[in-house]
Amino acid sequence: MDEHHGSAQAATETRPREALLSVRDLQKHFPIVKGILRRQTGAVRAVDGISFDVHKGETLGLVGESGCGKTTTGRLLTRLVEPTGGSITFDGRNIAHLRQGRLRPLRRDMQMIFQDPFSSLNPRHTVGTIVGAPLRIQNVKTEHGVKRAVQDLLKLVGLSPEHYNRYPHEFSGGQRQRIGIARTLALRPKLIVADEPVSALDVSIQAQVVNLLDDLQHELDLTYVFIAHDLSVVRHISDRVAVMYLGKIVEVANRDTLYSDPRHPYTVALMSAVPVPDPARRDRAQRERVLLTGDVPSPINPPSGCRFRTRCWKAQEICATQEPPLVPQDGDPDSHLTACHFPVGRDDEIKGRRSADKRLG
Amino acid sequence: MASDAFLEVRDLRISFPTDDGLVRSVDGLTFTLERGKTLGIVGESGSGKSVTSLGILGLHNRRNAEVSGEIWLDGQELVGASPDTVRGLRGNKMAMIFQDPLSSMHPYYTVGAQIVEAYRVHNRVSKQVARKHAIDMLGRVGIPQPDRRVDDYPHQFSGGMRQRAMIAMALVNDPELLIADEPTTALDVTVQAQILDLMHSLQEEFDSALIIITHDLGVVAELSDDVLVMYGGKCVEYGPATTIFEQPEHPYTWGLLGSMPRMDRPNLDRLSPIPGLPPSMINLPSGCAFHPRCAYEPRTGGLATTLTPELVPAAGGRHLVRCHLPAQERRRIWTDEVKPELEA
Ligand SMILES: Nc1ncnc2c1ncn2[C@@H]1O[C@H](COP(=O)(O)OP(=O)(O)OP(=O)(O)O)[C@@H](O)[C@H]1O
Ligand SMILES: Nc1ncnc2c1ncn2[C@@H]1O[C@H](COP(=O)(O)OP(=O)(O)OP(=O)(O)O)[C@@H](O)[C@H]1O
Ligand code: SF4
Ligand SMILES: [Mg+2]
Ligand SMILES: [Mg+2]
Repeated sequence: MDEHHGSAQAATETRPREALLSVRDLQKHFPIVKGILRRQTGAVRAVDGISFDVHKGETLGLVGESGCGKTTTGRLLTRLVEPTGGSITFDGRNIAHLRQGRLRPLRRDMQMIFQDPFSSLNPRHTVGTIVGAPLRIQNVKTEHGVKRAVQDLLKLVGLSPEHYNRYPHEFSGGQRQRIGIARTLALRPKLIVADEPVSALDVSIQAQVVNLLDDLQHELDLTYVFIAHDLSVVRHISDRVAVMYLGKIVEVANRDTLYSDPRHPYTVALMSAVPVPDPARRDRAQRERVLLTGDVPSPINPPSGCRFRTRCWKAQEICATQEPPLVPQDGDPDSHLTACHFPVGRDDEIKGRRSADKRLG
Repeated sequence: MASDAFLEVRDLRISFPTDDGLVRSVDGLTFTLERGKTLGIVGESGSGKSVTSLGILGLHNRRNAEVSGEIWLDGQELVGASPDTVRGLRGNKMAMIFQDPLSSMHPYYTVGAQIVEAYRVHNRVSKQVARKHAIDMLGRVGIPQPDRRVDDYPHQFSGGMRQRAMIAMALVNDPELLIADEPTTALDVTVQAQILDLMHSLQEEFDSALIIITHDLGVVAELSDDVLVMYGGKCVEYGPATTIFEQPEHPYTWGLLGSMPRMDRPNLDRLSPIPGLPPSMINLPSGCAFHPRCAYEPRTGGLATTLTPELVPAAGGRHLVRCHLPAQERRRIWTDEVKPELEA
């Protein structure tokens, strides 16, 4: 794990920006309990030793396979759950094991926008109550009263002030997500962990919200961790992007580098799977797609060595025995880290590409 | 008159009386869909897509929703049919993948139990057989170690796993009509590719009809034969997918295409969203509901602000559009003004 540390620091040195948030060897294992005695029979290793920095004012995109631990990472960063290992340094202090009482003031500085816009809104409260709650709880002074502040927030996220007295069930999926975003913005936090914040929105509102997040970032010097599966949106919004696979970070780089020169086979597969909004080109896009076959591994007992090896077309013996460290690869800048024994080269023939009519394995 | 099409929706209207007034969520929707074909429905958030699909499945509570029009499924009319008739078809002949996997799965039952239940409602089989089937389905939608995870509760699944469990539940009875409401929104693109692939091959295997509702125009382009664009409860453009993407004629569709970041194009500094707010469904703007946000409204000579445009044939065959701009003008604006801007 020392290599891990060294390289993460090397990455920060090339960018003389202050880290607002640093995590080292961060880990969250959820116990699996069975029977009436609630005996622990194993653990879901949702996040299994990850290290990275988030610089002040930047947007770090976090992408990866469904179930790889992105939301858990977000919940760890904002201390909605307590890690089972590792450290989280926010604004210079280790918050990994702070108790509830000590966490409360911190809640103002870091907020999470949730993936699920339905379950995160209390159905019995009006929109006004929901969005105004953080202001009331934290006793924030507002120039023209809470109601005005809330109505301004509603306008900011593309809702109308007349929605103040309505209830969540009266809104569409996209509208509900905007309510959640308005609530998050109420306290003007320093760090926002946004978990799939725009995936429930139609593209037009999505563009508004993305522009809005952009503007707020510049105006208020906000720092974002942006979790999403839409790689076009992530490319648009992020300064740097980290790719996760089964509880680990497998690649991290500046946005343009990652998109033009992905090195990890999983990143390559991910990029190739993005649907192209052009029916005329769908056959070609499908032909060139790297469809991942092989068993989808489980975070309960992840594969030895490199966790991607069960689905990787480049895997060799060493991949099963040695875990590849997250380090800069030959010819890559120090800020571009990849955890792979046989990283993909620029001109590689991608042998994994197969026709899209292959079914799930 | 009865319908020959596998699915035909005629002048469907669904509204909700509320304290603030009548919400006309779906306002005169008409379309058809054949077996083996896929219809993509896109549109503004709140434009009535989910309400439409719940309407087709007969899931609106008649006490607070007013439903009228006709829905013909394989020769049977559903709007006027008894609740029992519709219930017998639901989950069996027609099924839906819901937009919101958490609230449509019961938190107190295991994922497996819920799939087993969905299967046994329509099949007289033992619990063991149904459980085997459930595990098999979970495996097919890519849940790792399905035999172990089958006994998990929904909250123990990640967002994407819940979505896949929902898909497994919807597919468990091999429905002939599958409505997928944002089926891959919570999924990463590699799993999305697998799921779309899976739905596609199931569709081929059972010759089923598929309605896919999504904000992801990439997914729409990849799957759909036809595309229906909704705004303010109405269809504003309808036609073959290639036409909608290559020769769109409605300003709202242009706006959609313009606001989407694209991986196949250079990165933009700033996205160009459609200006303004989505309309209030209680007080829809007069005339064309899109007119307050439309850059081309001044070119309609005042028509768009006063008169609701009809859905009329556009340039090619089956292509319909609801817009007051003269046909030639629409095509010229697309070719000379909008398309070059998008491809710049
Ligand atoms: N039970 C209800 N009572 C009142 N209004 C409702 C009800 N259900 C839906 N609506 C309204 O009907 C309109 C259409 O909602 P619907 O859920 O169909 O939108 P949608 O097109 O699916 O949007 P999204 O893309 O955001 O999911 C919205 O304005 C919504 O507020
Ligand atoms: N409370 C919990 N108890 C047990 N396992 C959990 C719990 N929360 C998450 N997990 C497991 O941890 C793993 C990571 O879940 P997480 O929600 O972080 O994934 P994700 O990357 O956000 O996925 P998605 O893209 O699908 O939202 C999954 O295997 C999930 O089942
Ligand atoms: S380390 Fe080996 S198995 Fe893992 S991604 Fe690289 S080549 Fe593939
Ligand atoms: Mg998640
Ligand atoms: Mg919807």
